[in-house]
Amino acid sequence: MTARLFSFRGGIKTDSHKTESSTTPIAPAPLPQRLVIPLRQSARAGARCLVEPGQHVLKGEQIGVPEGNLGTAVHAPTSGTVVDIAPYPMAHASGLVTPCVVIEPDGEERWIEHAPFDYRAAARPAVLAYLRDRGIVGMGGASFPSHIKLGPGSGFDTLVINGAECEPWITCDDCLMRERAAAILSGATLLRELLGATRTLVGIEDNKPEAIAAMRAAAAALTEPLEIVAVPTLYPAGGEKQLIRVLTGIEIPHGKLGAEFGVQCFNVGTAHAVHRAIHHGEPLISRVVTLTGNVAHPGNYEAPIGTPIEALVALAGPQPGTDRYILGGPMMGISLPDLSIPLVKGSNCVIAASPALFPPPPPELACIRCGACARACPADLQPFELYWFARAKNFGKAQEYNLFDCIECGCCAFVCPSHIPLVDYFRFAKSEIWARERESAAATQARDRFEFRNYRQEREKEEKAAKLAAKAAETRAKLAEGGAAAPAAAPDDSKQALIAAALARAKHQQATAHPRNTEALSPETQAEIAEIEARRRKAFPPQTDTTASSVPQTEHQSAGEDSK
Amino acid sequence: MLTALLIMTGIALVLGAVLGYASIRFKVEGDPLVEKIDAILPQTQCGQCGYPGCKPYAQALSKGEADINQCPPGGEEGIRKLADLLGREFKPLSEEHGHEKPKAVAVIDEQLCIGCTLCIQACPVDAIVGAAKQMHTVVEPLCTGCELCVAPCPVDCIAMVPVRETVETWKWKYPVFELRRAA
Repeated sequence: MTARLFSFRGGIKTDSHKTESSTTPIAPAPLPQRLVIPLRQSARAGARCLVEPGQHVLKGEQIGVPEGNLGTAVHAPTSGTVVDIAPYPMAHASGLVTPCVVIEPDGEERWIEHAPFDYRAAARPAVLAYLRDRGIVGMGGASFPSHIKLGPGSGFDTLVINGAECEPWITCDDCLMRERAAAILSGATLLRELLGATRTLVGIEDNKPEAIAAMRAAAAALTEPLEIVAVPTLYPAGGEKQLIRVLTGIEIPHGKLGAEFGVQCFNVGTAHAVHRAIHHGEPLISRVVTLTGNVAHPGNYEAPIGTPIEALVALAGPQPGTDRYILGGPMMGISLPDLSIPLVKGSNCVIAASPALFPPPPPELACIRCGACARACPADLQPFELYWFARAKNFGKAQEYNLFDCIECGCCAFVCPSHIPLVDYFRFAKSEIWARERESAAATQARDRFEFRNYRQEREKEEKAAKLAAKAAETRAKLAEGGAAAPAAAPDDSKQALIAAALARAKHQQATAHPRNTEALSPETQAEIAEIEARRRKAFPPQTDTTASSVPQTEHQSAGEDSK
Repeated sequence: MLTALLIMTGIALVLGAVLGYASIRFKVEGDPLVEKIDAILPQTQCGQCGYPGCKPYAQALSKGEADINQCPPGGEEGIRKLADLLGREFKPLSEEHGHEKPKAVAVIDEQLCIGCTLCIQACPVDAIVGAAKQMHTVVEPLCTGCELCVAPCPVDCIAMVPVRETVETWKWKYPVFELRRAA
């Protein structure tokens, strides 16, 4: 049965350079002296460290727990000792540092206890959580967590397994399909069951006949609703939206995902990792990586995650003339700022680039408005318009022209007769827009918090005033009930009321207090007291309404009179 | 003559009624210009402009009481945006209000903090947590870098630390073609 194939607009034909590295079988890469495992495997999300320096870890032991919604677990790729937890440069265009766990292998490769996962007995969320805890992410390059792509488990009819591997030079998926077709298809079956899809389409570019033959042979042994489809070789046929278009004819519109049309896409490497995780209980701790370009022995190596790129390059035999190393393919990869950068789950290829293989780009010339970029664009964009807006930093306009639909495949820059690095401009514009969005989100948050603080302060002031007023009212009520001398002050003046209340309290206290030593006195003492009282009366003639508080006042007044 | 006068008066009355109704029906709450200015301001709430917060500065700007070059955290880009919005001439940041600095956040040296709560009261966005005689700390994602907490601290334990670039905040640079000397 041959399904009808569709095509996408644009795309380019390049020299594939696949045979350099695809002729030899996948070789296991030896353990390096030190493994540097970034806790952050992609720019998207990180993991929280579980180990400490000096701790001994086993192969497959979890060293990082997922953080955030998009986080995935990180595991020790071999047994050994954690010697350091420190920031090291990361496989990212910025070359910035990220916290890494450094493990010195003990060479024993002792596995942690692991067993196949009975996914049929477990509930679906448990299976997804299991995949997350095994650190399964997309291995085509973006490292997007697979358990999130598996989604809610309904509404899917087609699973697309991406074996197109359209970028030149890279052959890791090709070799994986040739050698481990059965494992990939077993993983594809698991993914299809988890998605609840009814059919699986495996798309492989027709420049990989051996891989297609191996996959077809493996598929023949299965009773799966599965089809291996050879797709025409045209870069970027391996782009998610492009491959879905070619295989199913569904054109995914702007701002939507394949999931909304019942299609989900996974890389062959991811399918293989899912198979290893569920049927063998192994976390994602190694991957197949292509070493090619200006090296003596190009080929594919299965290397533990965290292997420094320099150790990999040493395996392939670097040759003189190499001026830079590219991580990923020549179209979308990044130039490595530093060779000590470790391999991460999304690294599929390392290319030793020499000026002979990759001549430096000629000087950038002015755009001549030829429109070649628009004809080559597989995302149906107008790169020349985007270029003008990005160059003028007119980001709003660039967004209006759907900058974010750009998949950065590099077709436009490849065909540009003026050698304009168009993708660099688009990446610049995208990251500027993201930065602005972050800033404006922070500003909104600050504004809300500032306004809430002002509101809170106002409220606290009001609450305090209300509390005082209530207390004063309470005192007034008490006074009115007690029938004590009502203050003459205005009743609504809380301060006056409080003063009056305090005066009344003091008066009451004085009225009830008896001098404790005036009872049962001897007649002499009694006479002495009477004498003192008489003297006092003589000195200060008694006033009609002397209160406790007015006594000292009188004293002061009289003292003043005396001095006069 | 009288008919013409009556017609004109009638039209005037009808139009007046329509306008009067429209002004009630389509009344705009608040000052839209203040909102627009406030959206440009960085919301640091630092008070360096001389007003107690970004909103009061926006109000002063809309009334024409303040100049557009009084906001150091907004920087040159902010002044340009304000100049565009308000139709005023661009002018460089006024010296007396401060200098444009890279974004920084406050960090409390927890060894030195005596728990006096003065910084908590000074923070305009409630980004400092702590209690009397307990250690205080700055919640970094909420800190706007306004520096208002630095001065009140009696033991000088608050430092402004520039925010470092991370993988998440890193930006691609503007493409520049490097000129090389031909041999």
